[in-house]
Amino acid sequence: MAQIAFREALNQAMVEEMERDDRIFLMGEEVGHYNGAYKVSKGMLEKFGERRVLDTPIAENGFAGIGIGAAMAGLRPIVEFMTWNFSFVAADQLISNAAKIRQMSAGQFTLPIVFRGPGGSAHMLAAQHSQSTEALWAHVPGLKVVMPANPYDAKGLLKSALRDNNPIVFIEGEIMYGDLGEVPEGEYLIPLGVGDVKREGKHITIVAWSKMVKIALAAATELAKEGIEVEVVDPRTIRPLDEELIVSSVSKTGRALIIEEGWPFNGVGAEIAYRIARRCFDDLDAPVERLTGADMPMPYNHHLEELCIPTVPRAVAAVKKLLYLED
Amino acid sequence: MSAIEREVMEPHEKTRSVEKAQLLEYYRQMLAIRRMEEALAKAYSLRKFGGFLHLAIGQEAVAVGSIAALKPEDYAFATYREHAHAYAKGMSARSIIAELFGKRTGCSMGLGGSMHLFDAPRNFMGGYGIVGGHIPLAAGTAFASKYRGDGRVTLCYFGDGSVAQGAFHEALTLAALWKLPVVFICENNQYSMGTPLHRSMSVLDVSQKALGYGMARDRFDGDDVVKVRDRMAEAIRRARSESLPTLVEVVTYRFRGHSMSDAGLYRTKEEVDEWKKRDPITVGRGLLEKASVAESEVLAIEEGVKREIEDAVKFADESGELTFEELEQFTYKE
Repeated sequence: MAQIAFREALNQAMVEEMERDDRIFLMGEEVGHYNGAYKVSKGMLEKFGERRVLDTPIAENGFAGIGIGAAMAGLRPIVEFMTWNFSFVAADQLISNAAKIRQMSAGQFTLPIVFRGPGGSAHMLAAQHSQSTEALWAHVPGLKVVMPANPYDAKGLLKSALRDNNPIVFIEGEIMYGDLGEVPEGEYLIPLGVGDVKREGKHITIVAWSKMVKIALAAATELAKEGIEVEVVDPRTIRPLDEELIVSSVSKTGRALIIEEGWPFNGVGAEIAYRIARRCFDDLDAPVERLTGADMPMPYNHHLEELCIPTVPRAVAAVKKLLYLED
Repeated sequence: MSAIEREVMEPHEKTRSVEKAQLLEYYRQMLAIRRMEEALAKAYSLRKFGGFLHLAIGQEAVAVGSIAALKPEDYAFATYREHAHAYAKGMSARSIIAELFGKRTGCSMGLGGSMHLFDAPRNFMGGYGIVGGHIPLAAGTAFASKYRGDGRVTLCYFGDGSVAQGAFHEALTLAALWKLPVVFICENNQYSMGTPLHRSMSVLDVSQKALGYGMARDRFDGDDVVKVRDRMAEAIRRARSESLPTLVEVVTYRFRGHSMSDAGLYRTKEEVDEWKKRDPITVGRGLLEKASVAESEVLAIEEGVKREIEDAVKFADESGELTFEELEQFTYKE
């Protein structure tokens, strides 16, 4: 199987779906002539022309709303946010319009639209450019939230998202675009709402998504050297959440650590911890633990930034604590 | 207020040769909207429904005149003050009143209420409750029309209060840049809630905002339904045949408060009475007299409207409600 980059997998998903469905178009800042700020849309303007690949001015509220209106009229837009940090000026469009029009109209209008772009911290981008937004979006009924962890998932999930009939928040790890992974030649889809066991184990479950799956897998490799077998569960879709997969894993291992890059208060991990506590109460051998980003805006300084993001050593330490193996 | 009134452009006199039947129909629609909203105000005070109720009494000619220049396949977006636009776009008084009563026979099955009337088959794309937030959506359906080449036009109504919103400016930026077939209609009723124009705007002529976007504009007052229709027809023609947007400002006035809880202490009774002399329904009646429409025809229309609204209230009263089990299907599409 060919090894391709995360950005190339996303590009393939968009190109393939646009080839099969003329209703799909891409718009966003620098997606066309510049080939994308992160080169995800490289070559797409040349392939599809300016009718279907549109550079927008820096007006997220405006073009997010245009996407929603176009979806109401039956098109299937892809709206790229250069980063999810810039989505807040369009928050009204996502929350007040995209998430609610279907219900307010009693199903007369559906909104097949994908909002996508990079999220999470990168390196030394400071507070306004280093945020995880999934907890904010997943809070809103009417939206689906998808966060792939590798190129294979990225392609299969984005293709499914582009065939779904709901507004979708698709968040790509900002420092994952160069990640390589195997992606098959032929077409495949990964259904939304179905998680994936990224590594099997029996002593403890780590629930992680997007970039944090890499931290979880690296920690699992470290811990395996000491005979600790970690199961890594990636929900892949935050909403709808594959609760059954998480519950079945934790029921087996009896311990759970949730790793998320975002802030702890009202984080996605808080919701998952609640569901585990409710469903696995009798199976738990330790309290559910969370490893999250620090509860503060992201600092610029490199050393301080590193202390604000979950890392492999901290994940290893958290697992040992849950297994009562601390020194 | 009078300063603005004086700035309003003079009407085109060439357009007076309107068919009697059309005049009667415009009059019927305006009257039905007026009677419907009066019935809603009454039902509200009887606590038949709750929430917010924003009436457009005094502004009827804007909705009726502009939609008269539209084709059925064209799109219309409106604000939370949208009963008039919904009715003018072809929605029945039954479906509107039942919606406000929260009933399953309402256009949105009682899930949207007064502020969120929707009718997909009639291309009434909704009433929206966030000031200015719907204006980009209208640019979006216009985008879809251009993308498909389907020749449809989108009308987007909003109030003078929307003009301060970023969404308004971003929508105009994009519509002008991409040459979208949309008409932005500012219904300038002189007040954003209780704040008069001069306390919310540095430039009182809203249509001037178009200049910065290189967009066509028009500005006129909204008491004469035929004038509204004809001036809108030009903007709609520009959208349909040249794929160009227009910003239209229609100067109007709401006779009632912002909503039902508004005591109207920010304006004088004299000012309201002055505007009532230009009541669009009185003006419409005048147009009928000018066209020598028989009194009996007018009376027949008034009687028909009375029956229509009484029937709609009864229908809404007698309709049932959605169950919680039925509600769930509307959050996500399977």
